[in-house]
Amino acid sequence: MIAALLIPLVGAVLIVLTGRQPNLRETVTLVTALLMFASVTQIVAGVIDGGRPEVFALDVAPGLSLAFQAEPLGMLFALIASFLWIVNSIYSIGYMRGNREPRQTQFYVAFAVALAATMGIALSANLFTLFIFYEVLTLSTYPLVAHHADAKARSGARTYLMILIGTSIVFFIPALLWTLALAGTLDFKPGGILVGAATAQTTGLLLALFAFGIGKAAVMPFHRWLPSAMVAPTPVSALLHAVAVVKAGVFSILKVVVYIFGPEHLLATGASEWLVYLATFSLLAASVVALTKDNLKARLAYSTVSQLSYIVLGAAIATPLALVGAAMHVATHAFGKITLFFVAGAIHTATHKTEVSQLNGIGRAMPFTMAAFFIGALSIIGLPPLGGAWSKLYIALGGMDGDYGFVVAALMISSVLNVAYLMPIVVRAFFTPPDDGVEVTSIKEAPWLCVIPLCFTALACGVLFFLPDRLEVFLGGIMGGN
Amino acid sequence: MIALHLPALQVVLPLLAAPLCALVRRGTVAWAITLIASWAAFAAAIGLLLRVLDEGIISYEMGGWAPPIGIEYRVDLINVFVLLVVSGVGAVIVPYARKSIAARFGSTEQAWFYTMYLLALTGLLGVTITGDAFNIFVFLEISSLASYVMIAMGRDRRCLTAAYQYLIMGTVGATFIVIGVGLLWAMTGTLNLYDLAQRIPEIQNTRPVLAALAFLTVGISLKLALFPLHLWLPNAYAFAPSVTSAFLAGTATKVAIYLFLRFFYTVFGGEGFFVTTPLPEILLLLSLVAMFAASIVAVFQSNVKRMLAYSSVAQIGFITLGISYATETGLTGAMTHIFNHAIMKAGLFLLIGNVLYQLGSVKIEDMAGIGRKMPITMAGFVALGLSLLGTPGTVGFISKWYLGLAAVEQGQWWLVALIVIASLVTMIYIGRVVEVAYFREPTAQVSQLREAPPALLVPAFVLVGAAFYFGVETSLSVGLAQQAASLLLNAAY
Repeated sequence: MIAALLIPLVGAVLIVLTGRQPNLRETVTLVTALLMFASVTQIVAGVIDGGRPEVFALDVAPGLSLAFQAEPLGMLFALIASFLWIVNSIYSIGYMRGNREPRQTQFYVAFAVALAATMGIALSANLFTLFIFYEVLTLSTYPLVAHHADAKARSGARTYLMILIGTSIVFFIPALLWTLALAGTLDFKPGGILVGAATAQTTGLLLALFAFGIGKAAVMPFHRWLPSAMVAPTPVSALLHAVAVVKAGVFSILKVVVYIFGPEHLLATGASEWLVYLATFSLLAASVVALTKDNLKARLAYSTVSQLSYIVLGAAIATPLALVGAAMHVATHAFGKITLFFVAGAIHTATHKTEVSQLNGIGRAMPFTMAAFFIGALSIIGLPPLGGAWSKLYIALGGMDGDYGFVVAALMISSVLNVAYLMPIVVRAFFTPPDDGVEVTSIKEAPWLCVIPLCFTALACGVLFFLPDRLEVFLGGIMGGN
Repeated sequence: MIALHLPALQVVLPLLAAPLCALVRRGTVAWAITLIASWAAFAAAIGLLLRVLDEGIISYEMGGWAPPIGIEYRVDLINVFVLLVVSGVGAVIVPYARKSIAARFGSTEQAWFYTMYLLALTGLLGVTITGDAFNIFVFLEISSLASYVMIAMGRDRRCLTAAYQYLIMGTVGATFIVIGVGLLWAMTGTLNLYDLAQRIPEIQNTRPVLAALAFLTVGISLKLALFPLHLWLPNAYAFAPSVTSAFLAGTATKVAIYLFLRFFYTVFGGEGFFVTTPLPEILLLLSLVAMFAASIVAVFQSNVKRMLAYSSVAQIGFITLGISYATETGLTGAMTHIFNHAIMKAGLFLLIGNVLYQLGSVKIEDMAGIGRKMPITMAGFVALGLSLLGTPGTVGFISKWYLGLAAVEQGQWWLVALIVIASLVTMIYIGRVVEVAYFREPTAQVSQLREAPPALLVPAFVLVGAAFYFGVETSLSVGLAQQAASLLLNAAY
């Protein structure tokens, strides 16, 4: 298990050492990604068999220890992140070279460190360990966001850091202190550690500290960092701000709900009710904002804010179906959104276009890319036969279970909004003639290293449609202990 | 034999080495003497720690004269902890001093600098180890006089006014302390701290004793730079040579804090007395003001050394905040932060000293793009900066965790909120430097820079390493601090 953590770190060192030979450096990145994925699958195999391997590192102070444990929720996250890292690395090579980006070694190093931090978050056995890696992830992605080093990148990166570190210091640390004071431990335990230790009111307040302290989940009003982070090169937006970083946020919230509060405790006290309303608001509001954005990446960023709130919503509803749906949405949204970001990057690489309004007729020049966008978008909207359909269905069903009828309505409205901000892009690409009136006759795609990964993730969205039962069984394990 | 006389050796080694440095008048030889003496002092502190852990309080009769007539050196867990911090910082800095000092001074001046360095070290160790109130005053003056000289040796001419300012304030502080000690002597007829602790409880509410306490409090607060008595500190640290700033930031104020604890808790009878005075509330208020005012002022500094100096005032606020709780967890946090802050701030001053060494300036606007030209130095700076703002996995987090925990124990949630907000301000001033250093295009001057030599990097990185090591392995720092805190509360001496 430690291997999964160490592999990317060793990779980072090797990337530094091979920094002068780009081909060798990229090989190191790819091999590292493959090895990490292999080691994660190995742990997953053990977890499917019901194992919960643990590694204890050391005690820092009473109640604070560094320890790791594999469990289904974390493994799902680790699996997605490590798998998509492979795909993303291939894409990165195409993108970074295609755009002749500066400081590529620094880029790959920070990426590897970020992935190591992601693994740490996924495998953490207690809140303290999770918190440490959560901060490492923020810090290691800061140079990636600021990569372009111009005024815009600087101010974006500053917002990114201020909000993420700020919320974690102001809300997350007090939440840790309070949890420790109430429960006497910070360990993740099935069924939660706060049952009987916290009143309904305390639980509600504590949940607020966590929900806002985990700024990476981008619950409004602490979502501003995510659009700011879009100044980063697109592979960063794709893997980190559609998968690793934001999913680390919602994953942490799920983890806190399942293993710290305990879903039954939340249901019994009704302490998470307010978060249901806030998350519903957040997901609708972000969709509306996405409609107004012309910049493609900004539109996708607000779409991410909205989709993350689905997961927070699932966690807040806290019924078993909603939780499974939320966890599934971590997976389905990851594949869907990374595809969309890959497409945005491919368009930028091929044509240097960044605004939605510039995309008229682009589908004829980039048919594969835009077809992938179409598939990814459908999955985000939640239409069968794509993965996104299941997770939204589960969350809606969970909402009915929890007597939140309005959630179903909100989800439907949101899906309509999704259609409204994603489909026009496809329509423009394929059915609107190009602005300059010149008929496009030949295909002019981005480098194939960019195109293949995005087609691949689009296909994966389809594959996920056929896996919900497997995921459900796998995730069923998180309810263990009740 | 050596083990038996360790308490004396602790002070005598650097004390004897100091005139030796003055006599040889050769920079390199003086440095070698200082190196040996400072590491020997560190070894003595470790030896003392082992002995105290083994056999409890050590009472050493200076010159064979029995206390309370003779001078007693009395070592318990509280002061051995401070001895360890002071001698440790003192030892780590010396290898750095070689290049840093030789770059600016001729051989003779170098020897003088090392003489002063050793005298300052002697004084600080003496204050910490002695069990005699008047002896405290004497050693305090030795260290202060030596530090005035060390500050006045800065490269900026403003260091002279800074040293003078410190001289005036320091002398006022020392005078207050000696008045306080005199009053105590008049009332009890003894200068021995242990003896005082036995006699004071009977008369502790008489006016002269309270007056003595007031004089001591103000005098010591001046020395520890408690807001608003901190005015001497920013200029002194900003304009002194880097070695001096690092040394003083890591040791001088820490020793003053030790004195504060020693007088209030040991001499005046533990928690019981401390909480009957209005001091906890006053101290709490002043600490909070220090944490915020000094941090906010730090944000607006253009000289990075001055910024770090204001940051020191703020961090001292964190320490005194822990003291003001008067609980075991609070004192543990305060003692731990003495240890942790010494590591962080000494390291930061050494690293910024590297910049000064290579660039000749520590103005923030002159440092544009320096992260690319001095990557190792600035990486260390970022690492320690993160620690300062309390990132988990570093020492800064450990201190703040205990300070927060202490507030939670008392149900003071608003204090937790203030602690975290103060940390945010820390983030702003560290972030400013990081941004300029990494995301501005290097100026013409910066682009010709090269990384500092290993002789300057290694000592600084020993401290960076320590900031991370003690951030996860806390049995030494927190472990000792906790035991010391419980001794303080019980007034066991």
